[in-house]
Amino acid sequence: MLHWKIDVRVWSRRVVAWGIAMAAVGASALLAAQAPQQPFEKFTAESGESLPAEPLVIGAYAFVWVALVVYVFMLWRRIGRVEQELADVTARLAKRQ
Amino acid sequence: MRVANRLVPVLLVIAALMYARAPFMVDAAPIESTMGLVQKIFYFHVPSAMMTFLAAFVCGIGSAVYLWRRSKTADAVAVAGAELAVVFGLIVMVTGPLWARKAWGVWWPWGDVRLTMTLVMWMVFVAYLLLRRFGGPGSEILASAVGVFGTALVPFVYVSVNYWRTIHPSTDVVSTLPPEMAWPFRWAIVAFLALFTALLTARIRLETNRVALEEAYVALED
Amino acid sequence: MSVIRSAWLIARKDLIVEARSRELAYTTLFFSMACVLVFAFAFVVEGRPLDDAAAGILWVAVAFAGTLALSRGFERERQSETLRALLLAPTERAAVYLGKLIGLVVLMIGVEIVLVPVIGLLFGAPVGRAPLLLAALLVTGTLGFAIVGTVFAAMLVRAHSRDVLLPVLLYPITVPVIIAGVRGTAAIFGPEPNFEAATAWLSILVFFDAVFGILALWTFAPVMSE
Repeated sequence: MLHWKIDVRVWSRRVVAWGIAMAAVGASALLAAQAPQQPFEKFTAESGESLPAEPLVIGAYAFVWVALVVYVFMLWRRIGRVEQELADVTARLAKRQ
Repeated sequence: MRVANRLVPVLLVIAALMYARAPFMVDAAPIESTMGLVQKIFYFHVPSAMMTFLAAFVCGIGSAVYLWRRSKTADAVAVAGAELAVVFGLIVMVTGPLWARKAWGVWWPWGDVRLTMTLVMWMVFVAYLLLRRFGGPGSEILASAVGVFGTALVPFVYVSVNYWRTIHPSTDVVSTLPPEMAWPFRWAIVAFLALFTALLTARIRLETNRVALEEAYVALED
Repeated sequence: MSVIRSAWLIARKDLIVEARSRELAYTTLFFSMACVLVFAFAFVVEGRPLDDAAAGILWVAVAFAGTLALSRGFERERQSETLRALLLAPTERAAVYLGKLIGLVVLMIGVEIVLVPVIGLLFGAPVGRAPLLLAALLVTGTLGFAIVGTVFAAMLVRAHSRDVLLPVLLYPITVPVIIAGVRGTAAIFGPEPNFEAATAWLSILVFFDAVFGILALWTFAPVMSE
């Protein structure tokens, strides 16, 4: 039951620390609220009207497929290798016993 | 573990099927008025981004648990999360510019804070993996600190697009999707989630096996 | 002994060592001046600096100088094995962290006090336009950078390739601080100063400091134990 006793010093320090943290968060929220919502520089860009969209969409789809297939393949190989080695070493350990 | 053995291939097949059906669903979805056909990249780009955040979270939680409990499983989860964050993050940052080139005229507008923050967050998880590879012994603890700090950045990245409206679309877009777009979008999310779960499970298994192998080698030398 | 008192003793130790040898002060100052000069040549076109160059250069110099001070400061501890002694001392780990943090922040602010007028001189930046706001940005930004840097530098003390790994780990995580600092400073220095934007960026810096400060205090102890 000892672990239920609260160490006053530790907890008072924690309360103070949390208080400061909350005050900081609150202060920043207040500051942010006072600033107008869109004070930051606007960024504008022209659109690439002349570009054909199909190759981009197909390219994106293809890239996702390729990336994931490559990753799955790499994982598959690594898993196979590690399991093979693990079986070997376990067998050797058992033989020694 | 036997459940995990069965789970991974099943999930992969499901994900593959869903992904193969996706183009048809995406094609049937209406063409968005302002951006045209290229907006359809949205159906891959946004779910990938969601998976990146999810992976970052997984890494962060695994790292935090490892830092305080030194649980090896937690460490394996953290590594898996970091790797998936890097993979899905890469997908986000390739599909994004492909979309951006047509919609905004540039591959990467440096003025947009959301893009910079996402790139930075991605780099943190790359740094995590580098640290584990090149940090030498004891780097798991250091890496878990990096994981915790990196994950703390995720809320900043998410909020940045709402706070600092420059050019990247805000998060309200998802909640206000018309139904013809919402269905393929949800389909894509489920497909990506299935894939994510499969990959995460497989990677965690790889990591726990790898650690077991190292310990077996050590035992062999005794 | 309370945490604050222990932290102050540790910070005082660092500052006294620094006052006597002045090693970090001179090298960091010189390094930041060298940075600024290199950037001055790179970013001044036909005698005029590029837009917002001054703000960017100021913060890059702060980041580089901070990294130098961090790695050298902890290298010192490693060489004399005093870090282990500090960790063994009968005081909370948080005190060791806070002490090193205070020492670093004081050193970096000292460097910035020299750096800001130099930037004003070299780039014609209006550093006197909103001195309190600029100072607030610099203090909160330096604090944010130092908060994260102290944790990482301390934990890397015993790692391989620590000199390379510190920037690799530190810069991505502190980029939000640098971005906020640069944008806020640029808002002050720009041809039409936007003080609301600068205040908004300041609030982000305060928020970042609060979140990462708490995180650092939580993670320092578990990270430093074997």
